[in-house]
Amino acid sequence: MIWQLDLAILTIIVVAAIAAISIKDLLGSAILFGAYSFMMCLLWAIMGAVDVAFTEASVGAGVSTVFFVAAVFRTTRRTKD
Amino acid sequence: MKIVGLVIVVLSGTLLLYATSDFPGWADPASPASRHVSPHYIEKSMEETSVPNIVTAVLADYRGFDTMFETTVIFCGGVVCFILLRTFKKGYEERYYRHTPTGITLHIKGGLKIPKRSKEFERIDTLWTPYDLIIKTVCRFLIPFIQLFALYVIAHGHHSPGGGFQGGVIFGASIILFAISHDLRTAIKRFGEKVDGLLCTTGVFIYAGTGALAILMGLNFLDYSALATILHVDPVTARSHGILIVEIGVGIAVMATMVWIYNNIASAGKYDEGL
Repeated sequence: MIWQLDLAILTIIVVAAIAAISIKDLLGSAILFGAYSFMMCLLWAIMGAVDVAFTEASVGAGVSTVFFVAAVFRTTRRTKD
Repeated sequence: MKIVGLVIVVLSGTLLLYATSDFPGWADPASPASRHVSPHYIEKSMEETSVPNIVTAVLADYRGFDTMFETTVIFCGGVVCFILLRTFKKGYEERYYRHTPTGITLHIKGGLKIPKRSKEFERIDTLWTPYDLIIKTVCRFLIPFIQLFALYVIAHGHHSPGGGFQGGVIFGASIILFAISHDLRTAIKRFGEKVDGLLCTTGVFIYAGTGALAILMGLNFLDYSALATILHVDPVTARSHGILIVEIGVGIAVMATMVWIYNNIASAGKYDEGL
């Protein structure tokens, strides 16, 4: 485990998480959630949990982003608050 | 109200962080889980189930009951999306058609349709982007390879990372990619709603049925060594085959549920126009 890589990935995770809940554009929020999931996937892979990383990459970064985008497509793109 | 929410979040976060200090250290050999349970899996899983990937053995065999209900949870997610979103009402309809030889778009109001047999007109979505040959062709080339990879992930779960969940999600994603690159009606024509619902239940049924079969053979629920007499192999190989059967069930259920959820969300329950 390389601690510099770990630190960089953790920083991106925290930044992506805060940006995803504070951004006004919901499509951007969905993309940020995808980035968050992908970084989590890298973190799982670094920790040696390859099966969890695989699930995170396919479910978190792949399909759930599509679901979010489809929901944004059917509702509004900007938040009210 | 925002301040109250912030205070609650900070308080519960602090409590959670405080509670994690009681956890054993990461990869600590003296922690209770590493002392009793993990050594058994690491040392015995190969001779008990003949599955090299210990994660798969734990997921589908030792903790099979857990995985069965995970599959059921995903199935319930699909059913809830269907119940909440699906509508069968035919409201006021507007349709757009493209005349293929000239590229002219027709806008028809009042529920009227172009005769189905006319080959020159092609229905397009109201909220639609222009015709794109590159996207359609590339996706048509790509989708078979994605599906092949999904089947590989399911079938090769005994030896490499992956299994029913991941493979099922990848297979579902390939069908969703088809719906995005062409349109939702084409995808539903290929993979209809009834087939979708049936495959969802079939996947869960394969899993639970394998468990019930073990009871009928006189062993515990989900004890795959009961399949030995049916498959004509020794009990250890039977457990390996049982894991494969269960993974296939999980893959079918997850694949159908992902497509089901996507169809309901993207078309807002109308199954007519989608993303």
